[in-house]
Amino acid sequence: MLVIAMQVSLVLITIAMLGFIYRLIKGPTVPDRIVALDAIGINLVAMIAVLSMLFRTYVFLDVILLLGILSFIGTTAFSKFLEKGEIIENDRNH
Amino acid sequence: MKTNDVILQTTSKVVFFIIILFAIHLFFAGHYHPGGGFVGGLMTSGALVLLLLAFDIKTVAKGFPIDYKILIGIGLLFAIGTAAGALVFNVPFFTHVFGDVYLPIFGETSLHTAMLFDLGVYLVVIGVTMTIIQTIGESE
Repeated sequence: MLVIAMQVSLVLITIAMLGFIYRLIKGPTVPDRIVALDAIGINLVAMIAVLSMLFRTYVFLDVILLLGILSFIGTTAFSKFLEKGEIIENDRNH
Repeated sequence: MKTNDVILQTTSKVVFFIIILFAIHLFFAGHYHPGGGFVGGLMTSGALVLLLLAFDIKTVAKGFPIDYKILIGIGLLFAIGTAAGALVFNVPFFTHVFGDVYLPIFGETSLHTAMLFDLGVYLVVIGVTMTIIQTIGESE
């Protein structure tokens, strides 16, 4: 029963990711695409969690936290590039 | 125009310590669980990159006065030292020893000299990543 529920949720997460990929390709502005990428990362986290339950293993749990952190850093870097034009400033106070 | 990044800077200050703790966990878990020096080093430099994003190169250099090129040398020295230390005891190059040691606070702990080699990998990965990123970021 639980296995069927996990398989159904995997299919639903895949459909959600396809929707985000549509927004990633079609999105008229760059911020649309950034938000779509961020949401794809979070969906990937959900998919890895369901898969690690399906495979009955603990070893993927580190990957979940890793993907969350990487998605945050990547989205922050993209946003800063859009706002200021440079990602890492040399000296902010002048 | 001077922008105000209060939310980004405050969030980075909190998240930085979470990432550093996760990196240390990955580094020490590497012997029995997935992880190790490479992922731990990449995660640590990820935390430093987050600080570079929220602040600027000069502020981070004031907080962490480390020359990352020297860090590469220290890491390589750890690796070659662990490998060459075996020669002192008249055993082949890269022979490792391990055993259970009683430590005052931790109690019965299993220690392995491969961890010192892993520490070298950790330092080299941090040094190389931060050198690359800072060299690209500094160019005008």
